[in-house]
Amino acid sequence: MKMTIALAAIAAATLTAGAASAGTMADVQARGKLNCGVTGGQAGFSAPDASGVWHGMDVAYCRAVAAAVLKDPNAVTFVPTTGQTRFTALASGEVDILSRTTTWTFSRDVDLKFSFAGVNFYDGQTFMVPKALGAKTAKDLDGATICIQTGTTTELNLAEYFRKNDMTYEPVPVENNADIQQKYLAGACDVYTSDGSDLASTRSSFKDPQEHIILADVISKEPLGPLVRQGDDQWADVARWTLNALIAAEEFGITTENVEKLSAGTDNPEINRLLGKEGNLGEQLGLDAAWAKRAIAAEGNYGEIFARNVGEKTPIGLARGQNALWEQGGLMYAVPFR
Amino acid sequence: MNMHNVSWVRQDMVSPSARPDRQNGRLEWTRKNLFNGWVSTFLTLASVAAILWLAVAVAPWLGNSVWQATSLAECRQLLDGAPGACWAVIRDRWPQLLFGFYPPHLYWRPVLAFALLFAAFAPVLFRSPPARALWFSAVYPGIAYWLIWGGSLWFPTAVYLGFAVAVGLISLSARISHGFAISVAILGAVLWWLYAVEPLTSTANALLPITLDVVASRDIGGFLLSIVIGVTGIAMSLPLGILLALGRRSSLPLIHLLSVVFIEFIRGVPLITLLFTASLLLNYFLPPGTNFDLILRVVIMVTLFASAYMAEVIRGGLAALPRGQYEAAEALGLDYWKAQRLVILPQALKISIPGIVNSFIGLFKDTTLVMFIGLLDPIALAAAIRANTNWQGIYWELFIFIGAVFFVFCFGMSRYSMYLERRLKTDHR
Repeated sequence: MKMTIALAAIAAATLTAGAASAGTMADVQARGKLNCGVTGGQAGFSAPDASGVWHGMDVAYCRAVAAAVLKDPNAVTFVPTTGQTRFTALASGEVDILSRTTTWTFSRDVDLKFSFAGVNFYDGQTFMVPKALGAKTAKDLDGATICIQTGTTTELNLAEYFRKNDMTYEPVPVENNADIQQKYLAGACDVYTSDGSDLASTRSSFKDPQEHIILADVISKEPLGPLVRQGDDQWADVARWTLNALIAAEEFGITTENVEKLSAGTDNPEINRLLGKEGNLGEQLGLDAAWAKRAIAAEGNYGEIFARNVGEKTPIGLARGQNALWEQGGLMYAVPFR
Repeated sequence: MNMHNVSWVRQDMVSPSARPDRQNGRLEWTRKNLFNGWVSTFLTLASVAAILWLAVAVAPWLGNSVWQATSLAECRQLLDGAPGACWAVIRDRWPQLLFGFYPPHLYWRPVLAFALLFAAFAPVLFRSPPARALWFSAVYPGIAYWLIWGGSLWFPTAVYLGFAVAVGLISLSARISHGFAISVAILGAVLWWLYAVEPLTSTANALLPITLDVVASRDIGGFLLSIVIGVTGIAMSLPLGILLALGRRSSLPLIHLLSVVFIEFIRGVPLITLLFTASLLLNYFLPPGTNFDLILRVVIMVTLFASAYMAEVIRGGLAALPRGQYEAAEALGLDYWKAQRLVILPQALKISIPGIVNSFIGLFKDTTLVMFIGLLDPIALAAAIRANTNWQGIYWELFIFIGAVFFVFCFGMSRYSMYLERRLKTDHR
């Protein structure tokens, strides 16, 4: 009983102490820690390892931001959020940035008053079926029972797709991903639908992955990206340009190995501007000249982050596909650093 | 005539003869309990078949367990296609399931706090606790807080001094009026906690620093989190529940109304709603940048929730007491609080033990609901562990482990309550 009163006392004390909010970046720098909202666990995007260190695509982005703003990629507090709590956590200031496989949509950007910093992963909803079912395309799925995660855009996309194609299906709504895997493997549904990356990583965890195929039809656009609160443009700029810096670094071939050497100066003026050798981009952003260099050194450029967390050499084994650079037929395109 | 001379009165006892064969031994027990009629026979056979089927289905899986592996893929490789449990995940991650992200070199602190918890329970565990044991129970919350969260020892000490301030104020102002004294004491203590605790802590700490490394609430997870929330909720909901139950039976209309409204409101709302309120809604009401600890918010909500249920359980016990007990207490000239303390509550609480423990067990298991607001309880950690590419796809092992630990706690509580009921049994039924 007394412990809680003691805790109430701390809370009350911090309450009265109050906090004047100058801007998110000033708050973060004063705190010395970046609060980053992530998923409580999604393979390849964010998950803690045995020693409690977080890894994944979304995690790497937060580390890059922390490196740029706080000069320390480890100065991040990862706040696990759920699908329901994520937007409130961001809106209420519990987290400074939300990097949580969140699809960039009109209503989230406009109605919920967030600013998306860009896209760090292009995904799309598709289907996984057992080979034995014999389905080759999504059009063969008429009348199938389909496992879907409840409360996601997946559910709506599926309904729209089947209505558009005049097909019927029987939904099997399941609360979470792990339960869907069990149900699907136990044969409670013919088809498992989710984002492509999710299906690929799920399939890779099966005992016999080759018995299941992921259909080529992609029925929705799911551009996933980090987001911040609307109305703090300086912080939104930091979020946006850190992401751009990671993608640009891959375009320029700046990696964790050569970033130190390249930052000493090259004959490419854009690399020089990015790494702070020329111009004053960092100063314009309210940071120092080496911000982008640190962001890149934290977890590597976009390509390195992708390869380490979800790429072909990992158990998840995703090809770059849409997430390749624009020069290689993908959609990743960094805005010029000028 | 002397009766003793009558020759047909038997002088020695006849030794009992053995039961007839058909009603003897195991065979008879089996016939009577397992094959007593065709319904019973059928049920026995069906149960045996079900148990056998379960054993045959699970035994190869359990018997063929893999303990030494670093990933599910390695487990599968070792099993080579045969069914088998991959307990290596528990071996790899059990510290995380127990402590969350608590720093490993500090594990001794929550373990010590947990061990001391039993010492703090001494007054309940032993028939006549020494007075010193009661003192320990009173300071235990402060010690446990200090051990788990760390920081300066002076902080809990300063918070405890608030109670001393309250007691001092009561004794100073008691002459004026009873109600006035209580209000002054509460006000004094709150002001103390708001304005005196922080400066006092920092001053005392500057003079004589006794500190432990601070552990952030975010790092507390797994069963440590469940136990912190569960134990605090249990310990606080009982006194609050007693007060609410008495309030609901009070003849003072305001107190009666407040208790009824509180109990009915809290009982009418699901726990998950209260948790979402704690985690989401409060964020909007509190000024931005406020650092109102999430675990604290959750503990408050869980306590309020449990105390409403507890109040009704205890009210049941109060209602079960015969009217005569109340009248007898009044006839002895006891005032309200003395009558409650010496006559009514000891009996009412004894009657309510099964219900109280029922609420405790329910509350402890309800702590897993905090996963929905992003706290890393064992279930949420299981999801996080599965998200690691090494263990993606593992399912039953984690849930069986978590279920087993919960079972140990809940079964322990249940057996203890049965023991307590027997020990306190003074009626003559």
